[in-house]
Amino acid sequence: MERLIIIGAGPAGYTAGIYASRADLKPLLFAGPQPGGQLTTTTEVENWPGSDQGILGPDLMLKLKAQAEKFGTRVSEETVTSVDFSSKPFKVSTDKQAYEAETVIIATGASARRIGLASETALFGKGVSACATCDGFFFKGKEVAVVGGGDSAMEEATFLTKFASKVTILNRTDKFKASKPLLDRAKENPKIAFIENVQVTEVLGVEAGHVTGIKIKNTVTNEESEMNVDGLFAAIGHVPNTELFKGQLDLDALGYLVTTGPGDVKTKIEGVFACGDVMDKKYRQAVTAAGTGCMAALEAERLLTHRSFGASENSGK
Amino acid sequence: MEVILNDQNFEAEVLKSDVPVLVDFWAPWCGPCKILGPIVEELAKDMEGKPVKIAKMNVDESQDIPPKYGIMSIPTLMIFKGGEVVDQMVGVTAKDTLVEKLTAQM
Repeated sequence: MERLIIIGAGPAGYTAGIYASRADLKPLLFAGPQPGGQLTTTTEVENWPGSDQGILGPDLMLKLKAQAEKFGTRVSEETVTSVDFSSKPFKVSTDKQAYEAETVIIATGASARRIGLASETALFGKGVSACATCDGFFFKGKEVAVVGGGDSAMEEATFLTKFASKVTILNRTDKFKASKPLLDRAKENPKIAFIENVQVTEVLGVEAGHVTGIKIKNTVTNEESEMNVDGLFAAIGHVPNTELFKGQLDLDALGYLVTTGPGDVKTKIEGVFACGDVMDKKYRQAVTAAGTGCMAALEAERLLTHRSFGASENSGK
Repeated sequence: MEVILNDQNFEAEVLKSDVPVLVDFWAPWCGPCKILGPIVEELAKDMEGKPVKIAKMNVDESQDIPPKYGIMSIPTLMIFKGGEVVDQMVGVTAKDTLVEKLTAQM
């Protein structure tokens, strides 16, 4: 039986691993399908305290992993497929085997939201991309579309103009969530065009084996039209990775894990903690994720220590 | 050991290989590639002595081959057998999955 299982390998999970392993809990951390988390698809992280020269997202993650392992965190590539928190010890099953644990820290983070079209899935990696910094290079001199109206849509579109001949930003409404400086910078870029009040209804090119265009629908007039593009990038927010916990822990209307109070990492089940983007829809920063990861590890440690004392007290009665 | 591929040696090392070849298409500026890199390196060590080849191609340095295989996203992993692509994965993939997929082609 494990004393502590950590699910997730982003800043929250690794920080929990660093604290818990330093407290000699010998945590087992499951890295799952996206080791390193969302930071692996970014480039320079300029707001991570202590890195005055900036640090590349993937480098930061490799360092956090090494730091967690240095103190005894065991990092497994396995992906958790189900959990059972209904009785103790908790059960955590992966694609390989089943485990038991006294405490569990959930740090599964959030994933980029997809538009949700079958043609989008079929053409993933064939012009549909989830990582502008990785794939912009393949669109030299080509036309691409970016879906979204927030900061990340503006940043991705601006980044893509380094390669693409034209970038069209498609926004569902005529209101943009992006902050003014980022929106202004995109608007001033001669390679960026804006289309408002549209949604993508289909990605074209499934038969050709690569994206050839998209179908868009005007959300006001319902008029449909086609656009020729070679690439499609979606920056339409994130969805917390909480599918595993449905029915066992409380989720809010947007699917985020609910903790027992604001600024708290405890869930309604004693011994199960949540940290990072999976429970934080407000800040969603690497440093806040690391902060709550630390809190979760300290709470797990406190509970485990308290419990072993509690057990001896009980036996003495 | 991983075989380092380029536009020149691709045909000899991959298409004319007697054994299945796993190719990791990557670039230094791609974040997830940095996470996948050490996984593929470890895979190459684990597969030492087995009838497979593990190779990588920097798409920034070699720009002829990747478009031929429709690479538009990295990291992309392809398994070649008898000169044909028999399997393909996009994004960071666990080592166990790669072992499974390669073993299926051996």
